[in-house]
Amino acid sequence: MDLKLDHHNEDRLTIVEVEGEIDVYTAPRLRELLIDLVNKGNFHLLVNMEKVDFLDSTGLGVLVGGLKRVRAHDGSLELVCTQERILKIFRITGLTKVFGIYASVDEAKEAHGKDK
Amino acid sequence: MATVELTFSALPAHVRTARLVATAIARRTGVEESLLDEVRLAVGEACSRAVEAHRAHCPGEPIRIELKDDSGRFEVTVSDQAPSDEIKQEQPLDLGMLSDSFMSGFGIAVIAGLADDVEVFPSPKGMRIRMSWPAATNGHPPI
Repeated sequence: MDLKLDHHNEDRLTIVEVEGEIDVYTAPRLRELLIDLVNKGNFHLLVNMEKVDFLDSTGLGVLVGGLKRVRAHDGSLELVCTQERILKIFRITGLTKVFGIYASVDEAKEAHGKDK
Repeated sequence: MATVELTFSALPAHVRTARLVATAIARRTGVEESLLDEVRLAVGEACSRAVEAHRAHCPGEPIRIELKDDSGRFEVTVSDQAPSDEIKQEQPLDLGMLSDSFMSGFGIAVIAGLADDVEVFPSPKGMRIRMSWPAATNGHPPI
């Protein structure tokens, strides 16, 4: 399956919907979207990965790159993910300590609201 | 013993094809369904690393994958022809050190975390990554 990307804003949060496979072929599209969002002043990103079928280290690199960019503006990049197959790669790489990972968009929004 | 060999140009689009082929053969070989995601991800990582290495050093050369059903194991070997002599030791995670395109050693660390059995052979003539998983043979349980 190819990669589908969409995004919308809710309050100060930009929710990025990702569907399909994030790999060495498709990851550049996600990277471009994240860079574009940051360039347009969206510094609090929530990436919903519930419909992601596949994620490799190239995709992780793009997410880390996005995190670095938003942090340069005191922003945040957090994830929504409950799929074990995707969470496993975050655990193997130790990135569970780097990203805020939530079970749902609502849970992330609630946590984000408390941080404001 | 049955062997499938696949060569492909160093293009990111072909990595998905390699993943699909490897997963299909793993399933046919009798690798447990619960391990197929690991096979898919590990083979994808090895092929992605090889593609990146070839694009940097020898974009015209093909990457080779060998998939073997041998002695109750499903074995995959990904070979590239890009010079490689370094495998970075795992270091504490520092966000400042990480870049958009992860260093090749990171992909290998992921493979090591996924495959049941992994060997990495770096050399000036290219890197070979061999990994294997237990597979059923003729209805017998996996080793």
